[in-house]
Amino acid sequence: MPKRTDLKKILIIGSGPIVIGQACEFDYSGTQACKALRADGYEVVLINSNPATIMTDPELANGTYVEPINVTYAEEVIKRERPDALLSTVGGQTGLNLSVALAEAGILDKYGVELLGAKIGSIKKAEDRLLFKDAMKKIGLDMPQSQLVNNVDAGLKFAAKVGYPVVLRPSFTLGGSGGGIAYNKEECEEILQRGIDLSPVGETLIEESVLGWKEYELEVMRDLADNCIIICSIENFDPMGVHTGDSITVAPAQTLTDREYQMMRDAALACLREIGVDTGGSNVQFAINPKTGRMIIIEMNPRVSRSSALASKATGFPIAKIAARLAVGYRLDEIANDITRKTPACFEPTLDYVVVKIPRWQFEKFPGAEPVLGTQMKSVGEVMAIGRTFQQAMLKGIRSLETGKRDSADKFDELLIPQRLITPTPERLSYIRFAFERGWTIEQVQELTAMDPWFLRQLRDITLHEQELKATPFAAMTADGFRRAKRMGISDSWLSGAWNVSIHDVRSRRKELGVKAVFNRVDTCAAEFESFTPYLYSSFESECEAEPAERKKVMILGSGPNRIGQGIEFDYCCCHASFALQEFGVESIMVNCNPETVSTDYDTSDRLYFEPLTLEEVLNIADTEKPDGLIVQFGGQTPLNLALPLKKLGVPIIGTDPESIDLAEDRKLFGKLLDDLQIPSPPNGTATSVDEAIAVARRLGFPVLIRPSFVLGGRAMVITYDEDSVRRYMQEAVVFSQDRPVLIDRFLEDAVEVDVDCLSDGDDVLIAGIMEHIEEAGVHSGDSSCVLPAYGIAQRELDTIRQHTIQLARALKVVGLMNVQYAIKDGAVYVLEVNPRASRTVPYVSKATGVPLPKVAVGLMLGKKLKDLAHLTYGQTSGVLPVDKFFVKSPVFPFNKFPGVDPALGPEMRSTGEVMGVGENFGEAFAKAQLSAGTPMPAGGTVFFSVNDKHKAVAVELARQFESLGYTLAATRGTASAFTAAGLKCKTVFKVNEGRPNAVDLIKGGGAQLVIYTSTGAHSFSDEKIIRRTAVFYRVPCITTLSGARAAAQAAASLQKDPVRVWSLQEIHASKKTTA
Amino acid sequence: MEKSILALEDGTVFEGRSFGAPTTTSGEVVFNTSITGYQEIFTDPSYSGQIVVLTNPQIGNYGANPDDSESVRPFIEGLVVRDFSPLASNWRSEEGACQFLSRNGLPVASDIDTRALVRRLRTRGVMRGVLSGNGGDPVKLVEQARAIPSMSGLDLATRVSTLEQYKWSEGVSPVSESDLTGDPAAPRFHVVAYDFGIKRNILRRLVHVGAHVTVVPALTTAKDVLALKPDGVFLSNGPGDPEPLQHQAEQVRKLIGKTPVFGICLGLQLLGLALGGKTFKLKFGHRGANHPVLNRLTNRVEITSQNHGFAVDPDSMPDSAVELTHINLNDQTLEGFRHKSEPVFCVQYHPEASPGPHDSHYLFDDFAAMMAQFQKKP
Repeated sequence: MPKRTDLKKILIIGSGPIVIGQACEFDYSGTQACKALRADGYEVVLINSNPATIMTDPELANGTYVEPINVTYAEEVIKRERPDALLSTVGGQTGLNLSVALAEAGILDKYGVELLGAKIGSIKKAEDRLLFKDAMKKIGLDMPQSQLVNNVDAGLKFAAKVGYPVVLRPSFTLGGSGGGIAYNKEECEEILQRGIDLSPVGETLIEESVLGWKEYELEVMRDLADNCIIICSIENFDPMGVHTGDSITVAPAQTLTDREYQMMRDAALACLREIGVDTGGSNVQFAINPKTGRMIIIEMNPRVSRSSALASKATGFPIAKIAARLAVGYRLDEIANDITRKTPACFEPTLDYVVVKIPRWQFEKFPGAEPVLGTQMKSVGEVMAIGRTFQQAMLKGIRSLETGKRDSADKFDELLIPQRLITPTPERLSYIRFAFERGWTIEQVQELTAMDPWFLRQLRDITLHEQELKATPFAAMTADGFRRAKRMGISDSWLSGAWNVSIHDVRSRRKELGVKAVFNRVDTCAAEFESFTPYLYSSFESECEAEPAERKKVMILGSGPNRIGQGIEFDYCCCHASFALQEFGVESIMVNCNPETVSTDYDTSDRLYFEPLTLEEVLNIADTEKPDGLIVQFGGQTPLNLALPLKKLGVPIIGTDPESIDLAEDRKLFGKLLDDLQIPSPPNGTATSVDEAIAVARRLGFPVLIRPSFVLGGRAMVITYDEDSVRRYMQEAVVFSQDRPVLIDRFLEDAVEVDVDCLSDGDDVLIAGIMEHIEEAGVHSGDSSCVLPAYGIAQRELDTIRQHTIQLARALKVVGLMNVQYAIKDGAVYVLEVNPRASRTVPYVSKATGVPLPKVAVGLMLGKKLKDLAHLTYGQTSGVLPVDKFFVKSPVFPFNKFPGVDPALGPEMRSTGEVMGVGENFGEAFAKAQLSAGTPMPAGGTVFFSVNDKHKAVAVELARQFESLGYTLAATRGTASAFTAAGLKCKTVFKVNEGRPNAVDLIKGGGAQLVIYTSTGAHSFSDEKIIRRTAVFYRVPCITTLSGARAAAQAAASLQKDPVRVWSLQEIHASKKTTA
Repeated sequence: MEKSILALEDGTVFEGRSFGAPTTTSGEVVFNTSITGYQEIFTDPSYSGQIVVLTNPQIGNYGANPDDSESVRPFIEGLVVRDFSPLASNWRSEEGACQFLSRNGLPVASDIDTRALVRRLRTRGVMRGVLSGNGGDPVKLVEQARAIPSMSGLDLATRVSTLEQYKWSEGVSPVSESDLTGDPAAPRFHVVAYDFGIKRNILRRLVHVGAHVTVVPALTTAKDVLALKPDGVFLSNGPGDPEPLQHQAEQVRKLIGKTPVFGICLGLQLLGLALGGKTFKLKFGHRGANHPVLNRLTNRVEITSQNHGFAVDPDSMPDSAVELTHINLNDQTLEGFRHKSEPVFCVQYHPEASPGPHDSHYLFDDFAAMMAQFQKKP
């Protein structure tokens, strides 16, 4: 069957903002789908609220709607675009859920839109636990005993029957949100209540525990002719009990015989056929009892999933791309395998290497959250590593994580070993290695972790070999000795530590002895056929398959695992850098280790190196490729940390000089620069000791903002109001040294913060965007909503900002992108921070202005001038780029995954993702952004206020606005009396410590639809925390800043006066194209 | 630990760590790309005369057990892997893979850059080689490799075949309580199976569809076979070049039309020869568990298990007598045909799998159906 010709236009729904459980893997799948469908001649219409994605680039679709992902807005898009079909399976759970909702609301029928990929019946059968169970029973597949309950009592009764522990899974939630394992009645009651509340259908599945069983996943594809193939088997290193997104996983499965594997394969295919997924990729999860071999099916996802992205990267088989083509009618055997070219996509990839995925967690950003792993996913990102053996892949994976720790356990407590092995936490892997260092046996570790002894033996052998290496003097190392260590995956950095010599000495000695890294290809076929795609990983084998080209080439360093503060935005920049290089006729070489991203797709760049972003590994690539340039300014902090060492070793870094990047981070040098330029900044100082820090703080005057050097996302950044806090911070919270002092700034309370992104060729400076933050200074810029154009800033201040930006760009000799953060207080403009590199806001500004900033930046880095690139900037080479509408960027937080954590905003960034709202006025854009961020402004109901004294005057004005819009008011005593005094009608509510019913009861009882609760400054009282937490838990929007409240009032006004309307990016920017 | 050396006829030498028996063996060096099923591969008699390179780098992980052997003993001449596991982890494992091979006197070369080796075999074609499990002079080993007789023209099938006729009635047993193998059909056919190196799972699958099987030696005549009053005759897989098996091809020709005939692998090649076709040697063969085969009758693709170094040239087959039913989608080689007028069909790949996907089990049902229909004929 060739492709369908009755379809012309296809709608794709993206997965929205990056949240835990649904990250940039769906940008990868959506991007592949868009590209594939366009290449097949279809028109593509896309809805995705996330501006940081590649898929929302105007070039990737015919109509790109950065709009809220809900029925109302999707209907509006469908009404305007009239697509023939909707591809539901490439936008994660969000895309699938909206597809179901659109079908159920009758909208697809109304506009004649056909659902492609999976039909409603199939989706229901796979997602509805009860239907799924019946379906599996019908084909004879075993499942854990379970029952679906909608009340706590029924759940407890079932648990009593099957015995504890029991596993709880709320229906239809993302990443297992709200689920958990209950070991006793109390826990069961608590989790059940939460699960039932969180489930959009009010149901939770309670089931027999299979804790400690072996866990597997199979990635399956099927076409309309019922040809089925398995793309990849994945075995979890962590046994059942830890969410697969939080498990270390290994591909292919390592401990199954062929008979057991085929039993699983048969089951997966039977499942796919019974569920009835017509075409596309699905993921089926299994558990196997390690003692008896009893196999049960856990779940199946009738769509492209996180594991599909991993499987695609692990095998070189592009699941999402093929899924999109199957959806429009192709058969698997009609599609060619891109890598071998000669063979069809209808085969099962075979691997001659091992792939390890390790999640990356950030519990440190959520004090109060217990760092324990369970059935609810908590990790914010992941790395993948490819090695010729499991050991090599595992060690590469560990160093890809960039945890800042050495790649072996060194600061652990022996007494804690048993507990750390029993309870899964982010530290478990390190503790296993530590236990082996301390002589634990495989059996002992196996007993406590229930992990497969094969994996444990591999880890133990690494430890034994490391001990052997430590006992061997550096001078006595032979070529064989080095080769063995390197083939095991041990890094030069570890060796240098073991022998107390420099990394450079280790590297040069082993190279002298002929032990050099080579590169092997990921080719889907274990070398059976020739491969035409340079998708490479390093090894210490005998033959290098890199075959570097002779043409001009530039290497791009990616941003590694997603983490808070360094996420998809940087991948966006890296991908664009790659596309731009190709357009400028330069070969692009990507280096990254994050399997979720578009950058690690083998057809994003001319060449892809799937490698850890360490000095050793990057140098290996540079040695082999000998690039003409290396780009470090697009990948966030990760490549910047390598910039100077690489430059010293002669790797040609293009764009802004790393010395300039460093200068901007160096307080003393930068302070001097600002003085020379006469640009004011908040009074500041640096400290390398506790006493010094206190002295500096005293000199500056409280409050002060303290942070370590060289971090992203405000890691460990705090505002302190007294000396005690400074002392505590210096003693407990931060690592500092002579090279990396602690930075202390006077904190400007209630200032307005501004972010500026600009392009510079060293002479001309084009300001791409001046973004006004909606939250005031003190809230991390990544956690603050912001708006383009700035609408509340005086022209004089804007002029100052423009001048300062130009001065700074010239002084720092910026070639490429630069980001500056300013604070405006009492009419004065202060520079807070300068980052001569791509910032988190680059994709958002690119989407709002229609100018591809990274592309222009790459042109500049290649030596072109802004004037040469005027065709990309609508003819503009200086000044500020205009925007034709209001664009609000809002952050999305993971607080619902971390119960017990205070959701108040502060200087440490905690948002995982972002959305953009577009409107004719600020209120509309903000309302849309809030809707997309999952905290929609209520159209009516009660607004609950509790503000401190200095905010009362403003609060009264806001309350008046809300009242005039028809909202009712409630407030705590002090605030209420201010309202009443101003003639407003307001219900008084107790504070938590004042009696019942109090503010928390009000929220729980549904008596407040919007909470405005500002902090009292110096300390966060438990009262505030509990109110904010309750609001998050009950999904009531909770605004913690006054400026945020102001924006909310405008949004509320827009909800009443503005119609539902949508714009595609293409139409927004079309007018500019004609004028340019 | 002893050093192991693999020396190829083109002079290439790979050195690694020696596991298994510290002996020296020789044979044709071939590679298999299956991720799972090393024990089945070791014990498949079709590997007789071959040193096997496995592309999956981690071998030995799940040990060995008595149920997963495809014959009485390993038939490979030696094993070459990237990383051989000394630890076996699986609930069915009864001994380590290392122990299993040592016990049978086979050398294992581990820590070999198998990818480089496979790339060499892919570009140059399969080569003769010598595998030493106890060091030695590489130059001499290369010379030894050059002195090995070529696989072409070798009759290995007769060598590995059973000496005595025997009965087989064991069916497919489930691997665990969750295995949906289904119950075997009641015995209703007598199948005579030629053993050219037959795999046990073929016999089990025949039993599963309702056969009781008499296994006969490779040189058994058609007359003797028919004297056993079979409801159908099965032609098994086996090692080596089909060309020298003219006697067997002659017997097969005599069976056509007398009784339903089903052939697998070498069985297909014998049918090809019997029907006047020609065989040729593939450059590096098909060995793996991921080969896509199009069934032209159903227009569906099966993912198949394969192990063959020779193939039948489809252009040499008489169009009048034969319908080509299965084609390999990787290289368009012939994977199956059936006789247009007589109850004869065969496939080049391994529908019994073991190791490999179960997509093609239906062929055993087809054989049963063919026998049932033939029984009904007057």
